[in-house]
Amino acid sequence: MTKQELFSAVIITDDEVISLAELCRSCALSAEQILPIIEYGIIEPLPTSRNSIVHWQFSADCVPRMQMAIRLQRDLDINLAGTALALELLDELKTLRQRVAALQRD
Amino acid sequence: MEYKDYYQILGVEKSATQDEIKRAYRKLARKYHPDISSETEAEAHFKEVGEAYEVLKDPEKRVAYDQLGKNWKTGQSGFQPPPDWNEGFEFHGGGFTGGDSADFSDFFESLFGQRAAGAHRSSRAGQQRGFQVRGQDSHARVFIELEDAYHGATRVLTLQSTELGADGRPHIRPRTLNVKIPKGLKEGQTIRLQGQGSPGYGDAKAGDLYLEIGFNPHSLYKVNGHDVSLELPITPWEAALGATIQVPTPSGKVELKVPPGSSSGKRMRLKGRGIPAPTRGDFYVTLEVVLAQKQSEKEKSLYQALQQEAVHFNPRANLGV
Repeated sequence: MTKQELFSAVIITDDEVISLAELCRSCALSAEQILPIIEYGIIEPLPTSRNSIVHWQFSADCVPRMQMAIRLQRDLDINLAGTALALELLDELKTLRQRVAALQRD
Repeated sequence: MEYKDYYQILGVEKSATQDEIKRAYRKLARKYHPDISSETEAEAHFKEVGEAYEVLKDPEKRVAYDQLGKNWKTGQSGFQPPPDWNEGFEFHGGGFTGGDSADFSDFFESLFGQRAAGAHRSSRAGQQRGFQVRGQDSHARVFIELEDAYHGATRVLTLQSTELGADGRPHIRPRTLNVKIPKGLKEGQTIRLQGQGSPGYGDAKAGDLYLEIGFNPHSLYKVNGHDVSLELPITPWEAALGATIQVPTPSGKVELKVPPGSSSGKRMRLKGRGIPAPTRGDFYVTLEVVLAQKQSEKEKSLYQALQQEAVHFNPRANLGV
């Protein structure tokens, strides 16, 4: 690879959709490992595809979130319920930090 | 090479029990985990803590390390392990912390070898040689300027990636990527670089690289999603009489018509002048009436004339005073 080569990035939007297989591949996990993560609501299949697991689809946003869940679980030795809670609290913390930053700039 | 005091890194006494070491590690891992921590250098700390725990949690490695470390202090350089230092010790591989043990320091490697650090990794990935498995997707964070969200940007990123070498062991390879960041991003959004994640096994394709976008704070503008706002100082007479004022925006200067009788705090919208996403953000201007710090005698007398003229105006009427 040459350093001069320029790679174009693509924005991941809410409307980009991936299948369960693609999600497994992106996170290097098997479907069996991903199912409990879905059961704990860490990520959710899109409402339109929820009826049958064969047709499950996910927003592409799920990939970074899944990866974060995997890192937290692995590095901190926490179970799925704990991971789900940690992620929710981190989301909340992020929103609050953004709000504080906005207020401080006023 | 610098000698590393693993006890100091974990903040425990040399006499600490295995349980104390475990507790100290868990606490620090939570404190410095890069996904959680807002500390600077969290990632470096996290790796250091993981490395220290890797050694101290394993009674065999700990004893060997203690033997070696008697005469060394942390940060002291020039460290070289004696050639036969680990004679009489047998390392059984043991469990490894889940962290990226492939990133351990030279100090660790000189003591326990690449093999030790690599064992963990290759057990996860190495057996897949001969198979074709598309590489895992990787993840990193990148900070951009607000202007980059308007115009797009190119960024040079340096990433540490682990690859299987010809010998079947993982090696760390820093790589530099020239990335074109598209315009229209908002804070917290993720972008993807196809084929720039972990390499695939066999002839399979590499995974993708995901980059989470953060904005560096801007001296003028505030950003909320795709909307951008600015506080615009104006003079009392501009506020009273109305004016056409030049306003900076990240996409260039624009003329803003301030209507007569505008008060401080009045918010005006420039439609579509926010971040250029498919649904364009808007640009908001909040007016702020500003007075000069010192007034000349002439100015003072003009204000006095104004005071006498506008005697009927009570801005505090609805406060009941």
